[in-house]
Amino acid sequence: MMTERTPAETAALRNGLAVGLATAVYGVSFGALATLSGLDVWQTCFLSLVMFTGGSQFALIGVLASGGLAAGPAAITSAALLGTRNVFYSIRMAPIVGPGFFKRAAAAQLTIDESTAVAIAQPTLAAQRMGFWVTGIAIYLGWNLTTLIGALIGDLIGDVSAYGLDAAAAAAFLGLLWPRLKERQTQAVAVAAALVATLLTPVLVPGLPVLVAAGVAIVVGGFNILGRKGTPDAAPGGNAEAT
Amino acid sequence: MNAWNIVILAAVICVALKTVGYIVPERAFSHPTVARIASLLTVALLSALIAVQTFGAGQSIQIDARLPAVLVAGVLYALKVPFVVVVIAAAAVAALIRAVT
Repeated sequence: MMTERTPAETAALRNGLAVGLATAVYGVSFGALATLSGLDVWQTCFLSLVMFTGGSQFALIGVLASGGLAAGPAAITSAALLGTRNVFYSIRMAPIVGPGFFKRAAAAQLTIDESTAVAIAQPTLAAQRMGFWVTGIAIYLGWNLTTLIGALIGDLIGDVSAYGLDAAAAAAFLGLLWPRLKERQTQAVAVAAALVATLLTPVLVPGLPVLVAAGVAIVVGGFNILGRKGTPDAAPGGNAEAT
Repeated sequence: MNAWNIVILAAVICVALKTVGYIVPERAFSHPTVARIASLLTVALLSALIAVQTFGAGQSIQIDARLPAVLVAGVLYALKVPFVVVVIAAAAVAALIRAVT
């Protein structure tokens, strides 16, 4: 059916499965936190099936958890802004995936941090393709299964703060941020954005402080404050193993 | 806006963003400033969300069991402890502090 796999393709396959498994596990935290933020099990699973991009999913439920349904527009905007990095991943992946409408449609849905990171780390085009599809499919299946499990667990427990799950949400975001903090510029943006969001919380309605804090990225990025010269890589911030 | 409207609208936008690169020619996004802002945007939003989740209580700031929990999480990430373990540990720290105080 297919020709023999090269050593590079085999390595990509293993790499993809490992990252896929590791990532899928934290779908449990997403599922539990989503139901505790006020969504039902179906809405939670819908997010993992259709939206399928962890950062945006966590952002949406994070804003809803603090502001309720009234913070809906801010929640949607936060999710969308976090999803913009997938635009850059899709640009990067398009030549690797190759032509074909259905293949590209499927690839678009699987274009996330981890699949992009594994793909671009491979040495040959065939291995890059292998890495992308294996990682994407493994995470898609695992993430949706563990989301359902987490949602059912969250539905059972009820009171969030008694179990420290509100702190778990912050810890989950920190885990997504951590691998991106390697450079001076990103560290500065992280500190400034946290400060802006905290200071604005008593002043603005829930959800808005996060969006205003995003402006820090536009100012620092636009003027390239503390930045290096040259073109930044459109690759995911950290290596996939770190997430 | 009900919960389904929010969930569906946000999901549709995120899916649309993922398809852009497969439709639009690469040149449109090649400017380094655009790429830089996009990558910093992720950092700023995640960091702001951490701050709000840690200190926010509706429309006010509150320092409670969440702060030590997040600090413990930071230490564990620095020690390269896996994500799931860190998230559970953070929840445990907050729950423990609340049980004691």
